[in-house]
Amino acid sequence: MGFGKCFKMAISTIWASKVRSFLTMLGIIIGIAAVIILVSLMGGLTQQLTDMFAEIGTNTIQVSITPRNGKKVEPDEMYKFAEENKGLINDVSPDIPVSGTVKAGTENEKGKAEGVSERFLNIKILNVEQGRFIQYSDIVNKSNICVIGTYQEQKFFGKGSALGKKLKINGTPLTVVGVLEEKEDSASGSGDDVIYIPYTTAIRLNGNGIVSIYGVNAVDEDHVEEATSVIKQFLNKKIGDDDYYQVISMKEMIDQMSTMMNSMQTVLVCIAGISLLVGGIGIMNIMLVSVTERTREIGIRKSLGAKQKNIMMQFVIEAGTVSCIGGVIGIIFGALVAVAAGKLLLDATIAPSVTSIIVAFSVSVAIGIGFGYLPAKKAAQLNPIDALRYD
Amino acid sequence: MPPLVELEDIYKIYYMGDSEVHALDGISLKIEKGEFVAIIGKSGSGKSTCMNIIGCLDVATKGTYRLNGKNISNYTDDELAEVRNKMLGFIFQQYNLLPKLTLLENVALPLLYAGVSDSEQKERALRSLDRVGLKDKAKNFPSQLSGGQQQRASIARALAGNPSVILADEPTGALDSKTGREVMQFLQELHREGNTIVLITHDNSIAAQAQRVVRITDGKIVYDGPAEGDEIVSKQDKAGDA
Ligand SMILES: Nc1ncnc2c1ncn2[C@@H]1O[C@H](COP(=O)(O)OP(=O)(O)O)[C@@H](O)[C@H]1O
Ligand SMILES: [Mg+2]
Repeated sequence: MGFGKCFKMAISTIWASKVRSFLTMLGIIIGIAAVIILVSLMGGLTQQLTDMFAEIGTNTIQVSITPRNGKKVEPDEMYKFAEENKGLINDVSPDIPVSGTVKAGTENEKGKAEGVSERFLNIKILNVEQGRFIQYSDIVNKSNICVIGTYQEQKFFGKGSALGKKLKINGTPLTVVGVLEEKEDSASGSGDDVIYIPYTTAIRLNGNGIVSIYGVNAVDEDHVEEATSVIKQFLNKKIGDDDYYQVISMKEMIDQMSTMMNSMQTVLVCIAGISLLVGGIGIMNIMLVSVTERTREIGIRKSLGAKQKNIMMQFVIEAGTVSCIGGVIGIIFGALVAVAAGKLLLDATIAPSVTSIIVAFSVSVAIGIGFGYLPAKKAAQLNPIDALRYD
Repeated sequence: MPPLVELEDIYKIYYMGDSEVHALDGISLKIEKGEFVAIIGKSGSGKSTCMNIIGCLDVATKGTYRLNGKNISNYTDDELAEVRNKMLGFIFQQYNLLPKLTLLENVALPLLYAGVSDSEQKERALRSLDRVGLKDKAKNFPSQLSGGQQQRASIARALAGNPSVILADEPTGALDSKTGREVMQFLQELHREGNTIVLITHDNSIAAQAQRVVRITDGKIVYDGPAEGDEIVSKQDKAGDA
């Protein structure tokens, strides 16, 4: 008896008890859908975070220094160091965070500015749409100026009318001299929510005289590692104890993040896997009931010459088909939910990966066959006369 | 040529706790090709047990069973399935048709398990249904037929595989007397065509229509000979004539 015939038989048996078959499939449907949703969303999230880091620049290396006993690194020393390592390092700029209240007119909010030098344009690609960026003279003069993103422009001043206006950071008024081009959607927390000020001004605002953070731009991604180690050597000479400085590249951070996201995904998929296991046990349970209910049918088939493998195949294929149909429904359902959730939660277009669909499908077939095996074996080994007498 | 069916000192013993039930208590029986044998006895005498052993649905506790000269006493489950498929056709009291299959599919089942091609299955099953006058019902399900028609369909299924022996366990038991007579007439027709038939019944008037009668009491054969020779059956016969 061929596979096709068994399959047709399985379909008609499943169709004959639709409600029960659907309930049997439910565990598989939920399990497979959960896996598809989780894998797709995690993939989307990872992609989004990677894009975010990539935007900062995968060539970027961040250097943080904790000054002690007068041991510090002046911006000029950093510039010189960058100059000496031209083969590895493009440029370097201080990058000092200043946090506090940002205020203009009656609007105010908690915010963050970055104190940078004119060289920052070599580290991060920024396009100035209106006005200008920070210049060398601003650094020297510790000018009270700032360059803002479109979020600040729209929130505090209105589109196209920010230039020349004053923005107060922790009470110090700074004149807006430039507005950057819109990168994302001008939303809070996006790449458009930025305030750049001269680092010398930032030092003044922070109330201490030192530059503690630098952004360094390596010539390309392949030289990030070498540049990192050269910077470490340099700082080791200047500062001595490596407890007092930290050199971390974006590339490393992306790697770390990916590793973290991957292990998180593994945990989540394992949890979804438990639902698949429960679904499999559900199939086994129903198949065992079905074998008992159809004992007479098995007896009749055996009396007519069905061998163990014929009966076995009939029940295994039936279990496999139930599980398989459940898997397909789960994949469709999961993909729809994943796409919808991607739109709502991540505001991104998510496409469930082909690999995850193939794996999910194979897993559901395997579950059906695996958990159908025991009931099928039980059915195949029934003694024909006992099976025939069964009521 | 060896007899078609040869039972030699067959025992079937059921163990119920401490007690033993000897359903068959040392039965020896030979059936030649082309015979029409009725196995008769009271309810619980062991007729069905005997038929199940002849039909390879059950195995004896003790004794030797030769089918067509081959000792099949130690055959495996699958080997017995093959023997049933190739050599035996069953007609059960409750018809035992599969309710979710059409008559055609039901009748084709033995051929399906014999590995016959789809088209041949269909052709042979239709021919078999034609023989019992149910060709036009091929697409119907068993529940759409009367009891007599269902029994005829089950006869068609028994014939489909061209078996060497047709085994019928109380085939008229669930039918009214008129339909029962029709089924019996059909079995006699099959016998005249040269088929070997073993019929199980507790009804003497039905046994009277066979060529040879084997009477079982308490698992033992108490009479084996022509129908006219059995005391009770022969009286029944006369009663039937009257
Ligand atoms: N599976 C079984 N377990 C125990 N006893 C059985 C079983 N099958 C049959 N018997 C016993 O064997 C005897 C013969 O049964 P059976 O062959 O069915 O009789 P008949 O068909 O002549 O009515 C009866 O006493 C019955 O109770
Ligand atoms: Mg009986």
